Amino acid sequence: MGRYVLRRLLQMAPVFIGSTLLIFLMVNVMGDPVAGLCGERRCDPATAAQLEREFGLDRPVFPQQYLTYMGKVFTGDFGTAFNGQEVTELMGTAFPVTVRLTVVAVVLEIVIGITLGVVTGLGRGRPADTGVLLATLVVISVPTFVTGLLLQLLLGIEWQWTRPSVQDGTFGELIVPGLVLASVSLAYVTRLTRTSIAENKRSDYVRTAVAKGLPRHRVVTRHLLRNSLIPVLTFVGTDIGALMGGAIVTERIFNIHGVGYQLYQGILRQNTQTVVGFVTVLVLVFLAANLLVDLLYAVLDPRIRYA
Amino acid sequence: MRGTTHARWAAGAVAVALVATGCAGNGADTAGGSGGAVLSSSWGDPQNPLEPANTNEVQGGKVLDMIFRGLKRYDPRSGRATDMLARSIDTDDSRTFTVRLKDGWTFSDGEEVTARSFVDAWNYGASLRNNQKNAYFFGYIEGYDKVHPASGAQSAGALSGLKVVDDRTFTVRLNQTFSGFPDTLGYPAFAPLPRTFFTDHAAWLRKPVGNGPYAVASYTRGSQMSLRKWDGYPGDDRARNDGVTLKVYTDSNTAYTDLMAGNLDLADDVPAAQLKNVRSDLGDRYINTPAGILQTLAFPYYDKAWNKPGAEKVRTGLSMAINRRQITGTIFRGTRTPATDWTSPVLGGDGGYRAGLCGRACDYDPAGARRLIEEGGGIPGGQVKITYNADTGSHKQWVDAVCNSINNALGDDGACVGNPVGTFADFRNRIGQHRMTGPFRAGWQMDYPLIQNFLQPLYYTGASSNDGRWSDDRFDRLVDRANSETDAGRAVAGFQKAEEVVRDSMAAIPLWYQNGNAGYSERLSDVALNPFSVPVYNEIRVG
Repeated sequence: MGRYVLRRLLQMAPVFIGSTLLIFLMVNVMGDPVAGLCGERRCDPATAAQLEREFGLDRPVFPQQYLTYMGKVFTGDFGTAFNGQEVTELMGTAFPVTVRLTVVAVVLEIVIGITLGVVTGLGRGRPADTGVLLATLVVISVPTFVTGLLLQLLLGIEWQWTRPSVQDGTFGELIVPGLVLASVSLAYVTRLTRTSIAENKRSDYVRTAVAKGLPRHRVVTRHLLRNSLIPVLTFVGTDIGALMGGAIVTERIFNIHGVGYQLYQGILRQNTQTVVGFVTVLVLVFLAANLLVDLLYAVLDPRIRYA
Repeated sequence: MRGTTHARWAAGAVAVALVATGCAGNGADTAGGSGGAVLSSSWGDPQNPLEPANTNEVQGGKVLDMIFRGLKRYDPRSGRATDMLARSIDTDDSRTFTVRLKDGWTFSDGEEVTARSFVDAWNYGASLRNNQKNAYFFGYIEGYDKVHPASGAQSAGALSGLKVVDDRTFTVRLNQTFSGFPDTLGYPAFAPLPRTFFTDHAAWLRKPVGNGPYAVASYTRGSQMSLRKWDGYPGDDRARNDGVTLKVYTDSNTAYTDLMAGNLDLADDVPAAQLKNVRSDLGDRYINTPAGILQTLAFPYYDKAWNKPGAEKVRTGLSMAINRRQITGTIFRGTRTPATDWTSPVLGGDGGYRAGLCGRACDYDPAGARRLIEEGGGIPGGQVKITYNADTGSHKQWVDAVCNSINNALGDDGACVGNPVGTFADFRNRIGQHRMTGPFRAGWQMDYPLIQNFLQPLYYTGASSNDGRWSDDRFDRLVDRANSETDAGRAVAGFQKAEEVVRDSMAAIPLWYQNGNAGYSERLSDVALNPFSVPVYNEIRVG
């Protein structure tokens, strides 16, 4: 397995370099970042020139700026944002919140999604199944910002069950935003599990397990579910990266100062250092999550081995 | 069982990762819990480091207004500059000014405010090597071209026009006559700075120290700043509450929602989407007052088509084709007021605001518009393209409305279209490189309540914000003459003469004056916005 992991890590290198380079070029194509720094008025040329020199913007984007940047990134220096803060400092405040939000979302996605999936998969065609199917269809077709604003209005203002905005980003505060963020994925997990369970219900090993006289819960959890979870796990794995990077809408609605918010600000202010830095870390998270998922396959299905 | 062991290892790694992230963070506590009469207010992350000469947007300006007091202060209601730290600012020739300071002023860390606190701060702000975005404020002071040359390296470390006479006195010599100069000194860029600013800059930025009615208790960048009433404050505008907690919001909608839910006391930017509910939600706890902001359409005078004889008729015609009343009423729901001159109502009549100076050119008159545009040779290229940035400020809505109005007036569906640019930086970039081919969105937020500030930086030949490169000898001469007046009233009258030149050639089309708006909770009273649309925090009462 060591060799497998090593091979996967080597494969990550080109993906990592390619994606960072693309982001780097895209941010720089949008125009001169210094132009927007002075507000509605023009920066005076001397100050603008000096700022460009300081941020290294006076040199060609490729390869000089990119190479200098990557060289620094490997020493842990992600540069300075326009407001004078180190990008690493921004990351230090943004990532923990977003990771907590993602954990809440993934846990909800797994617990609720798989439970509903098992219930509906085992009882296909029953009223519960039809009801859940209908509900997931609604969730998938309604945009996240609508779900978010609606929950914020109902829970936060009308019924006063929760605070409409997040203050410190503790787990408790993040449950509602986490649910909103997870909603669409949750629906997909439900449907994936349902289909997978329904398919495997008729397989030989389930019939054997039942014939052995195993209790029903053991048949379902140890035999049926374990084999049905592989496609679900693949989906959840890729979803971790997507949730972290795609939380912009949810974070804005619920006032969460996380990765999505910092990315949004970075793009709005055309702050190359912030945007490229955050995306670089997100790419790494994405790659790591995928690797972990692949390794986890073996937990579910011992027949899968890595050489 | 090889597979299972490895798999366990992997599962273990996931568990460790989850636990680690779960415990991480959350160390930052809710600094400065609300005790006593402390109010909370919405805030945005300042774009630049919080230095007086480096702050050019409202969010950073809010803090500076609370923790600094300069030589002058703009009256929150009338906008007039009144002496604060200055005992007197005297001049015989409108060029050399002698500034005398009042006694008894200190910074909140106990250091005395002396003439040097000002001179050092101004030298720091002007110096090119400090990258201060408001450095041009010191451009009137003699020696500016040495410490901040337009190109090349700076050849002096300090402004030669600044001289410390004694602890309480210093002199300023300008490189031109400028009668309004003392009135500009209320701008935050001219604030005094304590020694710690220079000796331990990084620590100062983490927790700024000033001489205003509030002192910073704690500051978590990007999240919140707690300001507390400074008990030793010597001024007569002491805080009437115990403090203010500024909370950064990701979105003005969320701040408004929090205000509704009772978690926030003051939201000073009511989002456009809520404007239709705000009256029923807040009643008279909603403020909507004029601010010193004017929106205009500027023209590229470097483009021959817009600068040929007769083009002023086309520009005036376009102005007459815009139904300002309807647009401000429907799109902005009364948070803008149709403009009838090139300044702002916050200046007041004495300050140079003259309602109706624009005359019929700013009235909606489709027939007149058609006639004038025809007389002027028609729209250059047959179509007006209004360029704007689409990323912030919901500019698309009003640009589309303006175009719609022009199209209706001219009876031509293709007479005007919006031309969106993706980001503000790119928009500024194109303006800076003179790549505009038609009118473009321009907004001017005054630096100080002076008619000079609405005219000179925007229309004087080669001025810093003259983005369209408009140039008119008559205007320049009138501005020079007004600046050399020693009598304030005559200076204002001179600037109004210059403004008439702007009108006669319709250098830019004035659209509307922007209001500041805010909503507040039932806990607060005496809430008002100053002419810069910043809440007057020190006057707010809690409970």
